[in-house]
Amino acid sequence: MKFLRNTLDKVKHDFEKGGKYEKFYYAFEALETFAFAPNTTAGNKGVQIRDGIDLKRLMMTVIIAMVPCLIFGIFNVGHQHFLATGQAATMMDKFWVGALQVLPIVIVSYGVGLGVEFVFSMIRRHPVNEGYLVTGMLIPLVMPPDIPLWQVAVATIFAVIIGKEAFGGTGMNVVNIALTARAFLYFAYPTQISGEVWAFLPEGAKTVAGYSGATPLAVAAQSSTDGTNVVAALDSFGAGWAEGIYSFSNLFLGAMPGSIGETSTLMCLIGAFILWATGTGSWKIIVSVFAGAWAMGLLLNGLAVNPYMEMPAHYHLVIGGLAFGAVFMATDPVTAAQTETGKWVYGFLIGLFTVLIRVFNPAYPEGIMLAILLMNVFAPLIDYFVVSANKNRRLKRATV
Amino acid sequence: MSTETAVVKEVKKSEPLFSKKNKKLVTNPLDIDNPITVQVLGICSALAVTTQMKPAFIMALSLTVVTASSNVVISMMRNTIPSRIRIIVQLAIVSLWVTLVSELLKAYVYDVSKQLSVFVGLIITNCIVMGRLEAYAMGNKPWPSFLDGIGNGLGYGMILMIIAFFRELLGGGSIFGYKVFEAVGLDYQGNGLMLLPAGACILVGLVIWVQRSINGYREH
Repeated sequence: MKFLRNTLDKVKHDFEKGGKYEKFYYAFEALETFAFAPNTTAGNKGVQIRDGIDLKRLMMTVIIAMVPCLIFGIFNVGHQHFLATGQAATMMDKFWVGALQVLPIVIVSYGVGLGVEFVFSMIRRHPVNEGYLVTGMLIPLVMPPDIPLWQVAVATIFAVIIGKEAFGGTGMNVVNIALTARAFLYFAYPTQISGEVWAFLPEGAKTVAGYSGATPLAVAAQSSTDGTNVVAALDSFGAGWAEGIYSFSNLFLGAMPGSIGETSTLMCLIGAFILWATGTGSWKIIVSVFAGAWAMGLLLNGLAVNPYMEMPAHYHLVIGGLAFGAVFMATDPVTAAQTETGKWVYGFLIGLFTVLIRVFNPAYPEGIMLAILLMNVFAPLIDYFVVSANKNRRLKRATV
Repeated sequence: MSTETAVVKEVKKSEPLFSKKNKKLVTNPLDIDNPITVQVLGICSALAVTTQMKPAFIMALSLTVVTASSNVVISMMRNTIPSRIRIIVQLAIVSLWVTLVSELLKAYVYDVSKQLSVFVGLIITNCIVMGRLEAYAMGNKPWPSFLDGIGNGLGYGMILMIIAFFRELLGGGSIFGYKVFEAVGLDYQGNGLMLLPAGACILVGLVIWVQRSINGYREH
């Protein structure tokens, strides 16, 4: 550590005003503050709350909350690979195959995203923000395991520039950046991010007899068109090669094909617990997203026109990316509603729209991404109404 | 004395065909007064016809012709049009030119006319055409009005061509229907987002970003 400090001190004057590499000062500063806590402190006057928590620590907390999802995701990618090819494999093999598939995506996401951030910080002469730390981890977790790396890179560039820098950088974005990246791929290269892409199968790999890479959402949509019972279709799916893969308990645990980090509701709930315990994420949003999805599910159960609508409401909570979106995407403090009442409305509508899109729009099997992006746009409006309602209430109370 | 001043006035009135002021009429809409990126008019057709360069080019040409010629006609009639019914008169003139252009397109470039479908007809209600008639041709002489129409048509066309270039290149890997990436032996996978109107909207935003960072224009 001391060696690093000395080296940094030695080259520091080159980057300061008038130095050789003045242009790269902010890149240097970012590296320095990444390695060492800055030694600047707040002045004696005017600051009431003193705490070491800064943006970087907040971001690291969220990343720690995502670690269970990441680790399980790595295991699951390998697990699905060996399930699909019908080979027996040890735990280590599964982790190994999964890591080879997942880690490159993580590296590309961080490398490209931070590269764009550094370039913009130098052009705009502002310090590099830590905002990308979380986004860089979220992007790989919402990608299918066999996504081409160049697509990850293109999507990351698009999301960081259009989603964030165009609006003024960290904390100014209107929509969630990781979901912008996913939405970009969803519309730009639909073949690599929809259909049977959710389990990693290398070119020319032999699959077991009866194998199908359909996700629970696809199975549910299909059985709805066929007019058969959805739960029965889910329970009987995988007969012969992966018995009971879509049983309710396994849907909850998450050993099933899907995007890398989103399959396991349990791991998302562990993440939610970390976010709640550290006060990083809003539990109100998480709870209300689940509540919204469940309420909409119950409503559809009541109407029950086709088999998909008859699917028990609690199934909606464990299939697809609802849990992951609710815990890590909807709670993004920048794009979510800011007022406490607004958070309930915001989350509830996300859950509601997710189920609505799932059941009624055959073109989009999963709705959480579009629902969150939609509500991101409406979050300021929700806040506006909450604030003006509060004003009216206080005006009535006032006796002037 | 009085005759002398009259002579001086006469000299002032006849300015050269391409005076500085008249040149500005053509060049301003290309940059600081662009119909799409600054006035934000004609966005609808800019998003709809720009998936390929050929229809975008024809569309830009048609709009330039319609704007310039309706500007001239309205400018010549400007002193006789009763102001209460001026919009309907303007519409009649514009629709005359649009019908002419539309028939010409059907006769000579039928496939493109098919692709453009309703958007040629919709030039009638294009904000750029109506806007120029109201804002310029109703108060100026035919020649400056003509230049103003040409300028705005070109300003519109320029943005259309830029957007169409990127949409066709990134979306389909070709320029004017010529497969560029295949020609150099690259396997290019088309970007579906560029073919959607949403992609065009993002591109318009990027063009505005680039333009404003170059010329320093700020919204007031």
